[in-house]
Amino acid sequence: MSVRTRATTWSLGLSGLLLLVVVASAGIGAVTIPPRTVAAILADALPVPVGVSLGGATALPVVGPVPTPTLEFASPFEFAVPRPARIIVLSVRLPRILLAALVGFALATAGTVMQGFFRNPMADPSIVGVSSGAAVGAVATIVLSLSIPFGMEGAAFVSAVVTAFVVYLIATEGGRTPVATLLLAGVAVQTFLGAVISFLLLQSGESLRQVVFWLMGHLAGATWSEVGMLAFVLPLPFVLLVAHARDLNVLLLGEEDAHALGIEVERTKQLLLATASVVTAAAVSVSGVIGFVGLVVPHMLRLLVGPDHRVLLPASALAGASFLVATDTVARSGGAEIPVGVVTAAVGAPFFLYLLRTREVRSP
Amino acid sequence: MTDPDRPGDADAPGSDSPATDSPATDSPATDSPATDSPATDSPATDSPATDSPATDSPDSAPFGDADPAIRLDDVSVSLGGQRILDAVSVDVGEGTFVGLIGPNGAGKTTLLRVLNGALAPDEGRVRVAGEDVHALSSKAASRVVATVPQTTSVTFDFPVRDVVEMGRTPHRGRFEGWRERDETAVEAAMRRTAVESLAERPVTEVSGGERQRVLIARALAQETPVLLLDEPTASLDINHQVRTLELVSDLVADGTTAVAAIHDLNLAAHYCDALVLLSGGRVLAAGDPAAVLSEENLREAFDAEAVVSRHPVTGSVYVTALPPASDDANGRVHVVGGGGTGARALHLLSAAGYALSAGALNEGDTDAEAARRVGADLVTVPPYSPVDDAARAAVESRVEAADVTVVADVEVGGGNLANLEAAAEADRLVLVEQRPFSERNYAGDDGFAVYERLRERGRVVEPGDLLSVVGELACDSFRERDGGANGSDDGEGGSDDGATGSEGRETPASADSTDSTDRESTDSDTVTDGRASDLFSS
Repeated sequence: MSVRTRATTWSLGLSGLLLLVVVASAGIGAVTIPPRTVAAILADALPVPVGVSLGGATALPVVGPVPTPTLEFASPFEFAVPRPARIIVLSVRLPRILLAALVGFALATAGTVMQGFFRNPMADPSIVGVSSGAAVGAVATIVLSLSIPFGMEGAAFVSAVVTAFVVYLIATEGGRTPVATLLLAGVAVQTFLGAVISFLLLQSGESLRQVVFWLMGHLAGATWSEVGMLAFVLPLPFVLLVAHARDLNVLLLGEEDAHALGIEVERTKQLLLATASVVTAAAVSVSGVIGFVGLVVPHMLRLLVGPDHRVLLPASALAGASFLVATDTVARSGGAEIPVGVVTAAVGAPFFLYLLRTREVRSP
Repeated sequence: MTDPDRPGDADAPGSDSPATDSPATDSPATDSPATDSPATDSPATDSPATDSPATDSPDSAPFGDADPAIRLDDVSVSLGGQRILDAVSVDVGEGTFVGLIGPNGAGKTTLLRVLNGALAPDEGRVRVAGEDVHALSSKAASRVVATVPQTTSVTFDFPVRDVVEMGRTPHRGRFEGWRERDETAVEAAMRRTAVESLAERPVTEVSGGERQRVLIARALAQETPVLLLDEPTASLDINHQVRTLELVSDLVADGTTAVAAIHDLNLAAHYCDALVLLSGGRVLAAGDPAAVLSEENLREAFDAEAVVSRHPVTGSVYVTALPPASDDANGRVHVVGGGGTGARALHLLSAAGYALSAGALNEGDTDAEAARRVGADLVTVPPYSPVDDAARAAVESRVEAADVTVVADVEVGGGNLANLEAAAEADRLVLVEQRPFSERNYAGDDGFAVYERLRERGRVVEPGDLLSVVGELACDSFRERDGGANGSDDGEGGSDDGATGSEGRETPASADSTDSTDRESTDSDTVTDGRASDLFSS
């Protein structure tokens, strides 16, 4: 089977899975809504905000011209859906679900790239200090009550990207950035920023709760504007990364080899690092630090689809989306809301260990 | 095996000439040298953009020498303030196999990295296939030079086929699909290196020899006119070493130019058309293997004594390294002992720095154990067996190779009389006597007769005088040898050479089989580890 076929198959399969998870998740909560109703609501709503016709819905008789994209609820397909259910799904649950999907997508993408970049399956998206950077920005905004354009998210994003860049500069000498140095510089800077965060926490006073909530990783209170922001930021970097999937494969052989095979090693490394950092920063700035997704999902998918990034990158991204939607559903469906990071770890780790035992231990 | 990839290649590109081995990049330069070889710079710089001008005529051979595949002019490289390459100038003709030899740290790998563009020289010019590789993009350079690395640590388990396909990277655009010619190149490369059967196996799970072939396949898939190999035979068993180099020779026969850093001097001598001997970042010698591998050159480069002869089977130059001890004024000593009589002499002489051989001894004899402990080149026969003809021949060869032969205060019987007869041929002989011979002769008149000959030729010493007498005789031997070799030069002159090459002193015996210490045995049993016991145990 050619690489393209495999990539397509996995991507389609995992997209289908994501759709199922989204529909199931939207029905789960304080008020249970049957999947069929959810599907109807989604089918109803989907053409409107996105402005494209939906494959599943066009089978139904469509009368008259398609409504303009500004319309929200006046959809041509009037399913008999109770209004409360519609509001719960579209205004309360869907933003959060889509945000989870986008954050999971971003973290898994960045994790895959970082693991390839560092040639180490234990690397994760925040290995160059992106998460710590974002946390410092966000916590500083809360504690010092700063008012910045784009608010806390903006501050988190900017400080995350700046941190990654600083780590890169520290590790670079004479136009070369040894991966090992980068790793160590990332660890050192993360430790330093950890101290800064602790210090800010001590100063936080009244806002301590808010800060801790942010630090634990949060998807509650997601808004459509956050969803829109991520949906706007992510596609370009993702396409860029997929376009470099082959280079990433060759980089896995080591930098000397990659050079001998015609890769402009340092330039490619810069591009991969910058792009992956932006992707991570975007996710972290809206959701806080959600660990484990970027570490475990790429690894799990590598065990399933193999190391070829042309297949692995899209598969991992889509699986990450499904994974975070599912775990966030668990996090919010209990009596009291659990931070989603706790759930990702609790659910991800055992599954990861299972895969490790069954797949990796068997082959020496 | 060699043919199928050629037609496949020829029809895939269509526009390309049948000279598939040399991709387009070198064509303007190789065309023009007849008229303007110094001005090749200007046509060369715009050539990488034009991918397939099928102007290259396969028979530009007349100018092959005028415009070599690789030309290094006064190339110097410093890394971390240390000069790794110092004014290196090398020309490699098209379609030749050149071996880079030299001690560890001589700059072989650095030279390869300069050639593939990974390392820019501080001074000097590098031209590969008519191109200034350092002016090219990494991608364009990788269409000119392919590199087979010494080791590749693959953390992720790509199938072998995927690794070979990565060799096509320099030929593919970012959004270009997998083309027919990519497929043909990969198929041909895999067939050539016989890794087709491994195609679906993870590269992390194949053996070392197989992985080496996979890496060569990857380089072949690059379809470059020049192939560089860094220690292609290191960490391979002897079968895979030979197969790997045979493969490279075949490729060279088909027109590829290959440069390989090779540790094993004998393999290098056998397979390479020419050798470049590097030492301390300089070219010590270059050219025909027989000329480069002179005992003098080896001494200077490796700071080790070696004997150069012709291999009886292959006819190639054959280098046998001697242990470092024989480097100074010490020399080789053969000890005839038995039953523990020789052990003391062996230990003394070993401590004094002589290269030792011993025997023939019965397996299990105290002296045999002692000889093993001091690392002597030991001739043995099975327990309770007499010294047979083969063992005697082995002893004779060692006696002849030795500067001094020592016969210990040994008890002589019919079984080991042959040892004494062999020792009687020695040029310089020392007899250690503690007991009168009559007390330890069990061989009757024959024994007396042989021992009388020994006494006539040799010097009889007390155990305490052994070292001083042996030292004296060894000096005589050295003087004689040096005088015979290059007239006026004496022992002191020789050690001057050692001083100039002292940077490489940390690797005294860098040729392959350091324990094959026997000079004469180069003709007979060098492939084994030099211990003649192999002759008997098999």
